[in-house]
Formats: sequence, C-alpha cells, structure tokens
Amino acid sequence: MRSIPFETVKGKIKEACIEANYILGEDVLGGFRRALGEEDSPIGKEVLNQLIENARIAREERIPLCQDTGLAVFFVEVGDAVTIEGGRLSEAINEGVREGYRDGFLRKSACHPFSRKNTGDNTPAIIYYELVPGDRLTITFCAKGGGSENMSRATMLKPSDGLAGVEDFVVNRVWEAQANPCPPIIVGVGIGGTMERAALLAKKSLLRPLGQENPDPELVDIEKRLLKKINCLGIGPAGLGGRTTALAVHIILEPCHIASLPVAVNLNCHSSRHGEILL
Amino acid sequence: MINKIHLTPPLEREKLETLTIGDNILISGVIYTARDTAHKRLVEFLDKGKPLPFDISGQIIYYVGPTPARPGRPIGSAGPTTSCRMDAYAPRLMEAGMRGMIGKGPRSPEVIDSMKKWGCVYFGATGGAGALLSLPIKKAEIIAFEDLGPEAVRRLEVKDFPVVILNDVRGNDLYKDNVEKYKRK
Repeated sequence: MRSIPFETVKGKIKEACIEANYILGEDVLGGFRRALGEEDSPIGKEVLNQLIENARIAREERIPLCQDTGLAVFFVEVGDAVTIEGGRLSEAINEGVREGYRDGFLRKSACHPFSRKNTGDNTPAIIYYELVPGDRLTITFCAKGGGSENMSRATMLKPSDGLAGVEDFVVNRVWEAQANPCPPIIVGVGIGGTMERAALLAKKSLLRPLGQENPDPELVDIEKRLLKKINCLGIGPAGLGGRTTALAVHIILEPCHIASLPVAVNLNCHSSRHGEILL
Repeated sequence: MINKIHLTPPLEREKLETLTIGDNILISGVIYTARDTAHKRLVEFLDKGKPLPFDISGQIIYYVGPTPARPGRPIGSAGPTTSCRMDAYAPRLMEAGMRGMIGKGPRSPEVIDSMKKWGCVYFGATGGAGALLSLPIKKAEIIAFEDLGPEAVRRLEVKDFPVVILNDVRGNDLYKDNVEKYKRK
C-alpha cells in the first residue's frame, strides 16, 4: 500500500481550484485563435477578441476569468493500493475547496434548492470516484458554471431513433440554448449506459483537452459531422451571430440496455476551466 | 472604428427612442445589481406596497453576482448572468420605473412587450468576460439583502462600461436578426 497525506491532497485541491479559475488552458485559447481566423461575423470577432483579452487580464491582474466560478466537480481515480493518511479523501477534497474558494476570492455558488440559502463555502463538492489498479491518485477538477449546466439535458430515445435521432437531439439542444450557455461552447455528449450514466459520460467527455482526437475511431467522424452542423446554426460567439457556435463536440459511448438509447448533452461555456492533479 | 454612444442613468424615454439594436454603448455613472433571489424580494416589496431599497426610476439593473473583491479592489470578476431567469420579474420592475437591464441571452416575448410598453432597453455584456468587465467598475457598495452574499443588491459606479443593445424600445431583437444572418443549410 502507498500512503498519501491528507494535507497533501487538500493543498493540491486548493491550488487547483484557484489556478483553474485564473488561468485559461492553452487548448481553449488556441481554440479562440483558430475560431478568430474562421469567423466572418464582425461582432463575433469582437467577442472572440474580448475573450482572449479577458484571459490575459485574468492571468495578469489576478481576477477570476468569470464571476461564476462554478460548483466544484471532481473526477477521482483512486488506485486500489492507495490509502489517505490522517483523514478521509472526500473530506480532503471538500476542505481543499473550502480553502481554495475562500483564499482565492472565488464566488460561493452552492445553495439549498428551495430556501436558496448559500452554504457559504462552495461545498459540497461534486465528486465521482473510480477504483483503478495501482498506487496512484489522479484527480481532475472542473469549475462548472450554472449558465451552461442549465442548458444541458438528458433523454431516453428509442433504439429505432438510432444515430440520426441522437444527432438531432444534440443539435436541437444547442439551438434551443442559443446565447445562454456562453458560446462558443464545448458540447459534451454521453451515449449509452443508463439515464444517469449517460449524463455522467457527457460531463466526463468535457475533460478531454480541445484538439485531442477521440480515442474511439467510430466517434471521430460523428464528432466532426455534429460540429459542422452546430456551426451552421448561426448562433456564433456570445450568441450574437456567426460561425463559431461550438469549439468542439466530445462524445463518450458505452453499451446500453436492449430496450434503450440514452443520450445526454452537457454543455460547457467557453470558459472551460480544468485542472489535473497526479499523486 | 465602431461608433460608441455614451449613456448615463437616469435614462429618459426621448433618449432611449434614439437607440437601436446593435448600437455599441458605454455606460457611465450609477447602476444597480440584482439577480435571482434579489428580484424575488424586490417584487415582494412591490406586492406589499413597500418602497424599494433604491429609487428605480430611470435606472439600469445589471444581472450579476460578482466574485469577492481582493483587498484594494472595488469588486471581483463581474460578468453578466443569464437574463431569462429574471423574465418573471422584469415587467413588474419596469412598471416601477426600471428603464434598462444588462445581461446575456434572449428574453421572453412578454418581457419584450413590456419593454415596448414602458420604454425600457435590454443591453448585452459579453458572458464569461468577467475579468474584463470588472475593470470599468470603479466602486461597489452593498445596499440591500447582504444575507444573499453574491446575490446582494449592489450600487456600482461605472466608467465606460461596454454593452450592446440587444432589444430596443421598438421590440427589435439583435439575437434573432444576427443568428438568422449567419444561419446556413
């Protein structure tokens, strides 16, 4: 067994929460620059330039990229030969979120669904665990904003709807969302599993860096075709018209029940904020 | 170079009638913030006949819940939130005197009708550009509902805050027109 101190995990989580909210990934910035070269809409170009400038200001002036610093979502791969010394892993993650959102001047956006009373420290974090072989701990952090999350949907199609039904559902979702999820967006699609599994796969697909090809060759062409269809919708940067409605479509597919065709679409705003911790 | 129009609240109907969708506007002076729960409370005040925590006549409400300010700064990141969540409340606030809203995303037909009726405009600020949009905010002060934290009502002093007109007082819609223009088969 390999033992990792509670304090180490907590400290890394804190750092990841802060850094992801101030420094936009090079993959996303590269996506903005590429889009700028392809965009015909003058107002669309202006918005893309503002987003590039916003990322510079955030990094240099230490102002969060977006005021919605998100719910803190974590995908955790725990090696079966790992133990946490001095506390529980979930508590180390939540404590890291508490400290990161406090000391990093990040917004606390978690509240009770009915009373809307704020929990005050952005916890509870949303944590998904996966047990893997080995003695490593890999944690991926995602600051997920409410605007794009609100525009996400899951559905249970009929097997007869097939791939065409899936594509229609994805494109319609983006069309109905219009400017609300802060385009240019990243479209995460989960296909298969059960209802909740499809939603989880859709969220997980958003973690893949922009520009990295889907490891499943069956999905590469579907992603390309969907991206083309979505970028013909005309929604454009900030929804003000243009070619760049999405920067990418990411799909994860798994087997499903013989009676079902579950599909989920999880949209991510252009401020795609991620961090990875390897321990 | 894009021509920019300068505006300072309180907004007068005569001036608002000269504005049209797509106009680039720089707002200076005082604006107020309110989002979901603050809107619910403001409308509860109106329902009970109680005076609002600030004089809303001719004023602009910015849909924003900023991040906490670092020491020495007036405010943190401060970009717009999705406006459609305020659609249920906006017509009541227009009736009470509000003449401008800043947010992102399309509004309901009811809100657009109310804007025509009362002479109110809807301004768009770039969603997700909260760092950039915080720079023109020179001063911020909580004036109501402090218990709501990021959702509290703030009085902001801004200098050349950049927005574009999304819906004017004639019911035109920049989103609809522009998306149609770039739509392809």
